[in-house]
Amino acid sequence: MIRDITIGQYVPGDSLLHKADPRTKIILTFIMMIFIFLISTYWGYLLLTLFTAITVISSNIPVKFVLKGLKPVLFIVIFAGIINIFTIKGTEIWSWGFLSITYEGINVAIKMAIRLFLLIITASLLTYTTTPIALTDAIEKLLGPLKRIKVPVHEIAMMMTIALRFIPTLLDETDKIIKAQSSRGADFDSGNMIERAKSFIPVLIPLFISAFRRADELATAMEARCYRGSEGRTRMKQLRFSGSDAVVTVITVAFMTWVLLMEYVLF
Amino acid sequence: MPIKVEDLYYTYMGGGPFEKNALHDVNIEIDDGTFIGIIGHTGSGKSTLIQHLNGILKPTKGRVVINGIDTKQKNLKELRRQVGIVFQYPEHQLFEETVKKDISFGLLKQGLSQNEIDERVMAAIQSVGLDEAVLEKSPFELSGGQKRRVAIAGVVAMTPQILVLDEPTAGLDPKGRDEIFGYITKLHKDSNMTIILVSHSMEDIARLAERVIVMNEGTIFMDKPSKEIYSQPEELEKIGLSAPQVTYLMKKLKAVYPGINENIFTVEDAAKELAKYLNH
Repeated sequence: MIRDITIGQYVPGDSLLHKADPRTKIILTFIMMIFIFLISTYWGYLLLTLFTAITVISSNIPVKFVLKGLKPVLFIVIFAGIINIFTIKGTEIWSWGFLSITYEGINVAIKMAIRLFLLIITASLLTYTTTPIALTDAIEKLLGPLKRIKVPVHEIAMMMTIALRFIPTLLDETDKIIKAQSSRGADFDSGNMIERAKSFIPVLIPLFISAFRRADELATAMEARCYRGSEGRTRMKQLRFSGSDAVVTVITVAFMTWVLLMEYVLF
Repeated sequence: MPIKVEDLYYTYMGGGPFEKNALHDVNIEIDDGTFIGIIGHTGSGKSTLIQHLNGILKPTKGRVVINGIDTKQKNLKELRRQVGIVFQYPEHQLFEETVKKDISFGLLKQGLSQNEIDERVMAAIQSVGLDEAVLEKSPFELSGGQKRRVAIAGVVAMTPQILVLDEPTAGLDPKGRDEIFGYITKLHKDSNMTIILVSHSMEDIARLAERVIVMNEGTIFMDKPSKEIYSQPEELEKIGLSAPQVTYLMKKLKAVYPGINENIFTVEDAAKELAKYLNH
């Protein structure tokens, strides 16, 4: 059940996107997300959707998998859509008592849904094609300049790496403990809110204990390998820009320039 | 038929890129009061199989019926009372302030009276050889071996008819291991419990189980009485397992002294056989 969450999961592969440097991908994803908000015509969205679709297909990640990742946000999109449809003032198409639907409302709702879906897909493409470790490495590099003003960039990145690294471990652990306790008669699905919250105590306590134990073991293991923070630390795998970065950047930037020209000059 | 597994298929994460067939074509029938050993490599589907026995996992295809209860049904209370599963490293599931409260956890959920609970807790700690003095201690002050036994007692206290143990002695020293196996054997004999023991150790399975199920790549590779399994080590070697070491020793000895019986699977039996041969 816990394993059904797909956002943030890495899908191994060998595509152009997989090969690109994580720094390139982070920067491009960031620009792309801003770009999504710059577009406001249906023509622009159509092109953007096509571009996103092509990117997903070229990354060799199963489309079904990507769509499954959209499920959790579907509720937010529908909820925001309903509010938009009923609250935005403009040309009325239908009204009943205090409720009224306007042409503008429907328009905004559709555009917002497209924006949200494109945002989620773009952001998850980054995590689908990049290992968590590569991501934090890239963040450390990108935030590098902040070291000058004494921000502990390396330590923050290390904490992120460890946190990401332990998500699957803790999920596994939770799964195991839930199984063990339900074999002993624990019941997580019945009773009122308070009873249900209480029924998770037998899961949370062992989970905390094991998290602390793991943290302790990890700290010992790191010290045993002489880890002392960022000072003088070098990397075995250096991040390097390569041909795939040039290709990915050129394609994306060219596409964005083209769409922007169409948006602001032609229409 | 108390345990009946029919044509069981199980798929993890169906539909995604990580889809994995964990079990296929599994058919097992187990009578009451038998001691079954399940053996196989990591990833052969042992753990997935045993989680089907109390409805934690539901078959993707096929059926699992325990004492007439199909595990696909909604209300699993009765099923979980009848089938107790002790998972790997069960001490990680302890959470209460005292050992007594922890062992009572499942019993309280069953809504038993306090007297009944006290009796069952006492019986449970005795059956795993723990002293009454631990009852009021915190489970976290105990030693590793003791924690393990408290956790097992928590399952035994539910008086299941079928007790499933997944590597109950992993990480214990030989003495702790022998003790735990001693208590399991005793439970099997005294209360005629059906025991299903999952283990990596051929030696342990050979010593304890009447019937051995060998799993390989998600299905049953062999399902035979212990004696027959180990008399054909070639079959086991095909999938990278082996007979107990002492069996190989006896085979080598037989090559030199043809009078020796080579069908021996435990060190105790080997000692007896050799003593008999030498006194002969």
